[in-house]
Amino acid sequence: MLHIINKSPLTNGALDSCLRVAQSGDILLIEDAVVAATTGNASAAKLKEAMGRCKVYVLQPDLDARGFGDRLLEGVSPVDYGGFVELTASNKNCQSWL
Amino acid sequence: MANIEVDGKSYETDEEGYLVDLTTWNADVANYIAKVENIDMTEQHWEVINFLREYFEEYQIAPAVRVLTKAIGKKLGADKGTSEYLYGLFPYGPGKQACKIAGLPKPTGCV
Amino acid sequence: MSDMKKFMFVNRKAPYGTIYALESLEVVLITAAFDQDVSLVFLDDGVYQLKKGQQTKGIETKNFSPAYRALEGYDIEKLYVEKESMEARGLSEEDLLVDVTVLSRAEMGELMDQQDVVLSF
Repeated sequence: MLHIINKSPLTNGALDSCLRVAQSGDILLIEDAVVAATTGNASAAKLKEAMGRCKVYVLQPDLDARGFGDRLLEGVSPVDYGGFVELTASNKNCQSWL
Repeated sequence: MANIEVDGKSYETDEEGYLVDLTTWNADVANYIAKVENIDMTEQHWEVINFLREYFEEYQIAPAVRVLTKAIGKKLGADKGTSEYLYGLFPYGPGKQACKIAGLPKPTGCV
Repeated sequence: MSDMKKFMFVNRKAPYGTIYALESLEVVLITAAFDQDVSLVFLDDGVYQLKKGQQTKGIETKNFSPAYRALEGYDIEKLYVEKESMEARGLSEEDLLVDVTVLSRAEMGELMDQQDVVLSF
């Protein structure tokens, strides 16, 4: 399944909750959540650890918009809006961690 | 918003005729709303109205018709737990019409 | 029934501070009319929705917690709480106003995977 996060992990527990529960599948970081996948962010280690179980994606336009286009964490796959749509279509279901 | 007058007292209702303040409900208001709805209140009608009041008191929601029908069957006997019986008493629907007379909000999911 | 779908409502917000909990409950009550396989999940602060003894007079807001006890009458009987969410809030099953099934984080993840539709609140 696809898990979508849109809040910064430094102000909101959504990413932590998702990583706690999700056993497999895809995780897509969008909007303010993209910072979780940037080098030096406090959540980077947690995200690295989750990559053993899940595939992690980040929405590139949101990363670029925040000036982090060149700070993407290794192992995270960038997608554009088309890729976002493909992820929602290729997964059976989806949970938005509001 | 609208108002109904019963025995010189004014009660606020919404545009569909449901009481706005559920705590202001009493038997006189129920009889008045029933009359407007063209219903002659009998003992059988009151059984359902009282049941609805108790249900709301306990769960703070007006039950969906399906739920009400089942619960009435359990409480008042299987012969009364049917849509035929309840629609016979309240032709415009035991949810909509009976809840209005009972002073409850319109059931969630009822259009 | 072959056209029966598995619907899961994921509740992660405390009641009263935001409208999410009440909105979710209303959608659940409406969904009950469609005879589907409905599960309710309480995760994170969503567990607070089920806390016994809510008294809302002082904040002049409707206490909708009694409605969770009506769910059984709506044939919605699959209520799940995640263990760690409950424990992190100092709560146990005795603090909750309905019977629930307590799941580990892994069990919760698996249950979520099995759904046809997940509605997030």
